[in-house]
Amino acid sequence: MTAESQPQTAVRARTRRPITPYLRSVGAVVWKDIRAEMRSRELINSMILFTIMTVLIFSLALELDAKSRRSDSTVAGILWVTIAFAGILGLGRSMAAEKDRGSLDALLLAPIARSALFFGKMLGNLLFVLVVALVLMLLLTVLFDATVIRPLVLLMVLLGSIGFTTVGTLVSSMSVHARARETLLPILLMPVVLPVLISAVRGTNALLNELPSEDWMPWLQLLVIADLLYLAAAYWLFDFVVEE
Amino acid sequence: MIEIHSLTKIFGVNPVLRGLDLSVPRGQFLTLLGPNGSGKTTLLRILGALAHPTGGTIQIGGWDLPREADYVRAQLGVVSHLPLLYDTLTAEENLLFFARLYNLPSAERAARVETVLRRVGLWRRARDVVRTYSRGMQQRLAIARAILHNPSVLLLDEPYTGLDQDAAGLLDDLLREVAIQGRTVVMTTHDLRRGYDLSDRIAILSRGKIAFDQLGSDIDPDTLPALYADVTGAATTR
Repeated sequence: MTAESQPQTAVRARTRRPITPYLRSVGAVVWKDIRAEMRSRELINSMILFTIMTVLIFSLALELDAKSRRSDSTVAGILWVTIAFAGILGLGRSMAAEKDRGSLDALLLAPIARSALFFGKMLGNLLFVLVVALVLMLLLTVLFDATVIRPLVLLMVLLGSIGFTTVGTLVSSMSVHARARETLLPILLMPVVLPVLISAVRGTNALLNELPSEDWMPWLQLLVIADLLYLAAAYWLFDFVVEE
Repeated sequence: MIEIHSLTKIFGVNPVLRGLDLSVPRGQFLTLLGPNGSGKTTLLRILGALAHPTGGTIQIGGWDLPREADYVRAQLGVVSHLPLLYDTLTAEENLLFFARLYNLPSAERAARVETVLRRVGLWRRARDVVRTYSRGMQQRLAIARAILHNPSVLLLDEPYTGLDQDAAGLLDDLLREVAIQGRTVVMTTHDLRRGYDLSDRIAILSRGKIAFDQLGSDIDPDTLPALYADVTGAATTR
């Protein structure tokens, strides 16, 4: 500290970080992502288009096999394959757009915790993934005659999506600086997010087959633990990930 | 205001800054000149707490970098050759978003946004989406974003890139006005004459070190190109 730092009390007061400004920063980033997406619809349109195409292809492929088509195992598989790949599409574009227009630097220049930026971006991504998941579940209900929209399945989708977007946002922040970022993102993301995907697929499958709670509860618990671990890891690691 | 001692930055095995020393007093406008790859942008990214130094010490307004980066960031406004804006949001939405990030009190945000938009002459286009703006207008909006939280230090990284003559002239007027308000300004540019006209002091960065540093009043503007060629040429052939 030097004698030159007279106005620092005011600066310190402004940049002190109790919980309200922290949440306000998170909310501001989420608001910005939603607002920008509502104008451009670049992200959500491509994710929904991918979802519709995937479900239609699966529907046509399984048309002749009525037994497989009605099987809830198939439905759980299609649900999570589509969420995972539509999610990768959205995650990659969300962070790449920030990097390409330089706005990632503008975010990093703000005097707020890096973790607030992370949670803002992650919640925005989560919201888009959940919108896609909802459209997907409606399509599966119509095309596969499956009762997918149930409270516990919705909970499983929510928990799986939280884990997926947490790791996805972190990894896309790393891969965005690479030249082959579109290729790098799934390569880096899939091994890390595998515990979430396995738990989500197995848990959803058990729920759709109306198996007893001992068949799906362990997967649900595993999802909760994985989500908490990934959220904690992302909270600590994001600072290092965006650092040059 | 800005004190830099023995600053080094190494990317892999490639040293970009090699023991750089620089001191910029409060209210001074410093122009940093230098060829591509001399380390100008790296220096500004370190001062903006966007990159970590490999070695050396930096203080801005008494705060240490990178240890007290958040306090430093609150004092900085940054303008780069990219506008650092969201082109699908309006000018007003962009500035309101950054006002929230800079923790401006909610009661003052709208008034502050109006003030800076009027200052850069964009108030009448405040509700237009930024992608409909010309490059010059986007750069004026970038300055509005940079001064929104009334920072004491402005870092300008080649802000004239891509501007036509009229837009550059408008930016000149705006930067003079911003500098008059007692802010410390560090600007990098390749435009020697413009850098000389705007600033109080000229420094030339070459091979990661300050190779020349003098007050503008002590330099004959007509000899500046020769001086620049001499300093950078000598350094690159050394």
